[in-house]
Amino acid sequence: MKYKSQAVAMPYFIAAIGLFVGQILFGLVLGLQYVVGDFLFPSIPFNIARMVHTNLLIVWLLFGFMGSAYYLVPEEAETELYSPKLALGLFWIFLAAGALTILGYLFVDYNTLASATGNDILATMGREFLEQPLLTKIGIVVVALAFLFNISMTMLKGRKTVINIVLLLGLWGLAVFFLFSFYNPTNLVMDKFYWWWVVHLWVEGVWELIMAALLAFVLIKVTGVDREVIEKWLYVIITLALVTGIIGTGHHYFWIGTPAYWQWWGSIFSALEPIPFFAMTVFAFNMVNRRRREHPNRAAVLWALGTGVMAFLGAGVWGFLHTLAPVNYYTHGSQITAAHGHMAFYGAYVMVVITIMSYAMPILRGRQANSNKAQVIEMWSFWIMTISMVFITLFLTGAGILQVWLQRVSEDPMPFMMVQDQIALFYWMRLWSGVGFAVGLVLYVVSFFIKGKEPEAVAA
Amino acid sequence: MSGTFTKAMARNVFYGGTVFFFLLFIALTFDTMQGLPKSDNRAAITPAVAAGKHVWETRNCLGCHTLLGEGAYYAPELGNVYKRRGPEFIKAWIQSMPSNTPGRRQMPQFNLTDKELDDLVEFLKYTSEINTQNWPPNIEG
Repeated sequence: MKYKSQAVAMPYFIAAIGLFVGQILFGLVLGLQYVVGDFLFPSIPFNIARMVHTNLLIVWLLFGFMGSAYYLVPEEAETELYSPKLALGLFWIFLAAGALTILGYLFVDYNTLASATGNDILATMGREFLEQPLLTKIGIVVVALAFLFNISMTMLKGRKTVINIVLLLGLWGLAVFFLFSFYNPTNLVMDKFYWWWVVHLWVEGVWELIMAALLAFVLIKVTGVDREVIEKWLYVIITLALVTGIIGTGHHYFWIGTPAYWQWWGSIFSALEPIPFFAMTVFAFNMVNRRRREHPNRAAVLWALGTGVMAFLGAGVWGFLHTLAPVNYYTHGSQITAAHGHMAFYGAYVMVVITIMSYAMPILRGRQANSNKAQVIEMWSFWIMTISMVFITLFLTGAGILQVWLQRVSEDPMPFMMVQDQIALFYWMRLWSGVGFAVGLVLYVVSFFIKGKEPEAVAA
Repeated sequence: MSGTFTKAMARNVFYGGTVFFFLLFIALTFDTMQGLPKSDNRAAITPAVAAGKHVWETRNCLGCHTLLGEGAYYAPELGNVYKRRGPEFIKAWIQSMPSNTPGRRQMPQFNLTDKELDDLVEFLKYTSEINTQNWPPNIEG
């Protein structure tokens, strides 16, 4: 690595991978509970396991984003990190807070946890993805601000590249929009309206800035393509992302008590949301085709290309599938939503974090790239996880189509639980695909422990 | 991209576009807030409804159920459950959980007091009367 302080990224990446493993374990529990309803009941009811699954995802992606920033910002700014000590201290604080929260979910009754952590003073819990106790939420804000201070100071004392500026815009946006998680009015419609200011403006807004910046950084490094070209692409992609994504929030305002005109605004703008993801795919392939060098880390290149494709499929295509109001009227809150959620999160955010980890981890461990053998295992894990996720998505989509038909379209609509029995076969197939994903993840972890001779770089 | 479209132009389009569409979003939000009293059933919000929402949140109901289509997809939609089942059924159902039928999905026993049950029902009644543009398509949710 170019700057000593970049090394603080390593614990963040390791924690991210560890929590990722935990997330997938709970994913398997949930998948099994879908078909064997009383599995682990009453010790871990479905709602608790789901909260652990989604919250671990959020926390490990945040670890990944922060690690990426600690690695990337000094290198781009061409200066040491403002305070490596602060970064390391924040790591332990965030890890302890995250672990305590998850243990709290698992071992303390949720209602007891709520009263013990100040939810009666300011009620913020019990809302999807924002289930964290008030103390954890405050902790997230404190850690995020100290982190932003650290990397902003680093950028300010060094070179202000476009990648750094875009990444910081995304990360500041992440922190600012999280503040809406503290607003929880009794009026359910307003509660839901501003809840999306966290959730949608994160994943279909500012996180896309983070993702595009991380992808651009890795592409510069592995292709050697001129920075000017990549930075221009970066601006175009994030313009498309925000121009479509901000008003695209309206696709969540169809049926929650908001005015009917959102059906037009939401449908039209969110129908355009696949465009930035498509641009990212074209961008990744274009840059790799125009590469000026053969980077020895072929696994990182594979992850970068995969991110482009899978983000477009998961966020773009599967999002478009049910985003138009007349379609969404039938699919809203069904397994179609679950299908989209899984592939979009994997394709966009999981894969981009793995991309940068794949690129940076070997360097952090003192080599340009891992041995051929290690890379082959890593690339196997890429294919197994990615193909498994495609199947998870396809089976959930099948389940969703049947569910929508039986429960909402047919002339004689069936009750929810009766429909669930009818589509159990798809849940079984989803579960087996999930097992496949877990196998891929095990291989991914194994790839870190495979030794061998470092491959040499060759000029293209 | 050719040389005529420079990086500086791309940057300006980004900042200009973002600011424009964010301001448009704020304007739409402002208009929505003006219009909400007509659709969000706020007149029905009583202290009981507020207490019921608190019960709803602190038992993490959304971890299994959807409410107006948002939440988890493991258990039935509850935005219209008041109309589908009525108040007495809802209370009896919650009190009789879990069913302990082998292999079936299980709902925890939350040991709610009579007041908490009444509050929760009030909250679900208020929710069922929000104008959701006729969603869900039928009573099954």
